[in-house]
Amino acid sequence: MKDIEIHNVSKSYGKVKALSGISLEVDKGEIFGLIGPDGAGKTTLFRILTTLLLADEGTASVTGLDVKKDYAMIRRRIGYMPGRFSLYQDLSVEENLDFFATVFGTTVKENYDVIRDIYSQIEPFKERRAGALSGGMKQKLALSCALVHKPSVLFLDEPTTGVDAVSRRDFWNMLARIKASGVTVFVSTPYMDEASLCDRVALIMHGKIIDSGTPAQIVSKYPYTLLAVKGTPMYPLLKHLRGMDGVKGCFSFGAVHHVSIDSSKTGADEILAGISAAGFTGCEVRLISPGIEDCFMDLAGRGHKE
Amino acid sequence: MENVIEIHGLTKKFGDFTAVDNISFNVRKGEIFGFLGANGAGKTTAMRILCGLSIPTSGGGTVAGYDIVREPEKIKRHIGYMSQKFSLYSDLKVWENIRLFGGIYGLSDKQIASRTEEMLSGLGMEEVRNSFVSSLPLGWKQKLSFSIAMIHDPRIVFLDEPTGGVDPETRRRFWELIYEATSKGVTVFVTTHYMDEAEYCDRVSIMVDGRIEALDSPGELKRIYGVSDMDAVFRMLAGKARREE
Repeated sequence: MKDIEIHNVSKSYGKVKALSGISLEVDKGEIFGLIGPDGAGKTTLFRILTTLLLADEGTASVTGLDVKKDYAMIRRRIGYMPGRFSLYQDLSVEENLDFFATVFGTTVKENYDVIRDIYSQIEPFKERRAGALSGGMKQKLALSCALVHKPSVLFLDEPTTGVDAVSRRDFWNMLARIKASGVTVFVSTPYMDEASLCDRVALIMHGKIIDSGTPAQIVSKYPYTLLAVKGTPMYPLLKHLRGMDGVKGCFSFGAVHHVSIDSSKTGADEILAGISAAGFTGCEVRLISPGIEDCFMDLAGRGHKE
Repeated sequence: MENVIEIHGLTKKFGDFTAVDNISFNVRKGEIFGFLGANGAGKTTAMRILCGLSIPTSGGGTVAGYDIVREPEKIKRHIGYMSQKFSLYSDLKVWENIRLFGGIYGLSDKQIASRTEEMLSGLGMEEVRNSFVSSLPLGWKQKLSFSIAMIHDPRIVFLDEPTGGVDPETRRRFWELIYEATSKGVTVFVTTHYMDEAEYCDRVSIMVDGRIEALDSPGELKRIYGVSDMDAVFRMLAGKARREE
């Protein structure tokens, strides 16, 4: 059973093509990640799926309902947490939650079990104005408000943007629990490392899906041999590697450079010999498996050349 | 070794809340200094003081040779600043942005004219000189914004989350610009939420609850905490935080 089906959706703002020919399917009960940088079209797709914007072309359905014809019914079945906080800053924590429950014709009491896990963490501050909450607490409240009517599908548009590495991890732990309660989660993020926390992902760039599947499927399609290379000094090493035979691409990845090579032309031993001979010190070269970020860069790079 | 920032006992209180709690550190000329911390750790408050936008409650020091308590206006004139959130005016043309910031930093018309040519040819952006900034690809905007932050040849440039939300290749190309700049002697003070970028810094400080909990090279920090990457170091330290924003 599919909870979201998107078929050939396009949307332009004037001359700017925000989405071109997007097709995706999201299974019931999965965490599906839409991964891409700012300006890729993520928010436009969210607004179409949450019935706030009409596509120029194509069709989409959520829980089997058409986003255009059945928009009113969809709105009752989904929860939506937009990128910017949707809370009423001058209402208290409790008032915000009551408000959202009432709008959806329910009560906090009736669905307390749905939000207990998250809401209990901020309940001690229920008298506090939402505007006076910390970023982490606002996020928990916004999530509670988006869940209080027991939606089938939860839409989260960049919930972790600008959030530090520790709080990001906490947030994903909450999502795993929401998923366990049977809710389908459609979430967008610019952080490539969050891909591994999703059941399936779609990589989006310049309004196009450049690949989709489970993180393992995407990684398995990476076409080159990948090496992690280290040597001092690092930045001159980066430039040197880019000029070597058989090197397809070379970028920094934390403490090492990731070097994609054409294995018919070169290999780890040749690279190591080459950079050592060029005078770099403390050189190390090791064969590694690519991550989603390596795949994204390769696929996005192909897009430019088309 | 020459220091571009020297800070001792820096404290900032808002009422009875101590946002920055007695921090001391130096930033050396030509280094890339990563300024990390969880949301609410006090990074923004500390950075505002270093940029001359706020006066500390106690403690002091110098930035680019000027006193942070007595000479904040001079600091503003002698540092560069760029953030992802605000940098260029998108409804001005490329040359107009350069002109505007050149004027703000007190360059003469003659200096602005020569800097404009130098910058556009250095960036390979001559043919977009008359384009609106809004029409440029993100990577170009970033390059331009970084160059404009250094239009007045500051000794130090502050980069506040310069790569947030940017695609992975553009993010890395931006760091290559940072390396180019530091190889010419500019000092870079940078904040980021991407822990792989922490590895690109010469030294990194990690703030927790208003204090600097650790300060060293990424290699040394990983060795001290016995972990393999900066993400793990960050989580060990920032995970101990007791306060939220």
